[in-house]
Amino acid sequence: MRMTSEKHTSPMLFVRRLRVRMLRFVRSFVLVSMVAGISYIILLPLFSKLSASLMVEADLYDAAVKWIPRHLTLDNYVKVWGYMRYPRVFLNSLLLALGASLLQVASCALVGYGLGRFAFRGNGLLFALVMLTLIVPPQVLMTPLYLNFRFFDIFGLLPNPINLINTPYPVLLMSMTGTGLKNGLFIYISRQFFKGMATELEEAAYVDGAGLFMTFYRVMLPCAAPALLVTFLFAFVWQWNDYFYSSLFMSTVELMPNALTAIGSRYVSSLELVRASAGTGIRLEITSQFLSILDSGGMILFVAPLLLMYAFMQRYFMESVERTGLVG
Amino acid sequence: METRKLFRMSLGRKREIGGYLFVMPFVVGFVLFFLYPCVQSVVFSLSRLELTQTGFSLSFVGVDNYRYAFLRHPTFVRELTATVLQTLKDVPLILVFSFFAAILLNQKFFGRGLARVIFFLPVILGAGVVLRMERSNYIMSMIAIDPAASETGLGGFLVTFLDGLRLPRFLIEYILFAIASVAKVISASGIQVMIFLAGLQSVPSSLYEAANVEGATGWESFCLITFPLMSPLVITNLVYTVVDSFTGESNTLLDLIRKTIFSGAGYGASAAMAWTYFAIVGVVLAITMAVVSKRVFYQK
Repeated sequence: MRMTSEKHTSPMLFVRRLRVRMLRFVRSFVLVSMVAGISYIILLPLFSKLSASLMVEADLYDAAVKWIPRHLTLDNYVKVWGYMRYPRVFLNSLLLALGASLLQVASCALVGYGLGRFAFRGNGLLFALVMLTLIVPPQVLMTPLYLNFRFFDIFGLLPNPINLINTPYPVLLMSMTGTGLKNGLFIYISRQFFKGMATELEEAAYVDGAGLFMTFYRVMLPCAAPALLVTFLFAFVWQWNDYFYSSLFMSTVELMPNALTAIGSRYVSSLELVRASAGTGIRLEITSQFLSILDSGGMILFVAPLLLMYAFMQRYFMESVERTGLVG
Repeated sequence: METRKLFRMSLGRKREIGGYLFVMPFVVGFVLFFLYPCVQSVVFSLSRLELTQTGFSLSFVGVDNYRYAFLRHPTFVRELTATVLQTLKDVPLILVFSFFAAILLNQKFFGRGLARVIFFLPVILGAGVVLRMERSNYIMSMIAIDPAASETGLGGFLVTFLDGLRLPRFLIEYILFAIASVAKVISASGIQVMIFLAGLQSVPSSLYEAANVEGATGWESFCLITFPLMSPLVITNLVYTVVDSFTGESNTLLDLIRKTIFSGAGYGASAAMAWTYFAIVGVVLAITMAVVSKRVFYQK
């Protein structure tokens, strides 16, 4: 009783508590302002693209306009939607990214399980090779890979070479075998995860009469859901963003990255069409500033599906990152 | 009865075979889509390659392609040194920033959930084709930050301030460079922040409690607990960052290598350039790994 009354009355204690509270406030103020600053830099390109894509060209030169366009317009989006042939391109890219990332998740889980849980001769070497595929830039392999898929015959096993260029098969084949885009990283993640799991689970499954594959499929795989989710998200995002393989293997296929880089030239050729039909009387100018506006709109349309997906999945994503033990 | 016997092998033997079966997809993929193309690429770099109706023909030319890349190509050597130097300048910045950001995100403060969502956005936005498009975009060039460009205002003040501290010239230049590339550094460190953050969360809190009881200050427990335990992750992130910047979409040397294919010099010269580049990447990686791994602390 005496203690509590002292707590309330002693001016010394009151000052000390005030000091602690002040310090805590200053600390969190500094923290939040630093975080806000970094967040601003991260979001700046996104916002500036969004605002530019809603402008008419004159707004870009208007010194009074910084973020909010004077002449708000959706015209750029209408144009870009057409130049990108958005609905079809979206569907193609979605199917490819889904297919490739699901295959990658499956193959990387299998390989990661094999590397993480089984002691066999050459395990260490194989893991080193997985890391090697991550380190060698794909540009080193670009020419041979292109030629192999152009004249695909698996070391002469097929009588007539098949042309797989401009089909999704090169990407799907590579995803299936764990050699797709950054798959070394995914194998690493799933290996670390499986390695950290308790052996009791497996043993219990064996005792109950499950075979090796059954154990993997029914017992280990469900436990690995967080690692698989992280892998899937990465695989999907990287496949969606990928310009390298898309332009190398599928340059004439209507995919998002190809459509995005083609906006400029399609705009120019559409202008030329107008000029041809209207004769020389009409004056048309192409400025790089206006192309930037169109490109900004295109980039917003390009990242919008990813942002939507991220918004829906970020909660599971954060949890998964924490539980995957990326760290090992 | 033979088959029955086969199925009744010991669990150890069964697991060994099982292991091989599980890694089979990668073995097939590695041979078909990595090892074989690798060998081919080395052969290409030593040959002249011509496309024919049904395939391609090779004629051996020795180190001619390498000679072309180094001696006759107008910009290759310059681009190569520029790219490597750029990477060496960027990597420390990315590592320091991502460690700092991970520590920030590991604190408790108002709006932490939102901050995490934003900090991982670069993983989604900062990869691939968007980065590539931004390089030549007029709007993106308007929002670029360059303190050295503005003589007056904050930039000028910063330069005079650093000069007044009597820092060596190269350090001032590096600081200005760091500020100018803030946006690039942040957009390149999404995954690294994630790895560090996961690491920070795996440090057992009992260690901090014990240190606290013993009277350690926050700074001491950071230096003596957090930092040593994070040091293995520094290696992981170092390798990831180096590889990422050497193979990333914003790398202009890779564009050069790709363009060379379709220019007069052809496949051979492009392969020679790619291998030269990879050799240098390998050396850089090996040296930095050797330097850093000596200072790494392992708990076990």
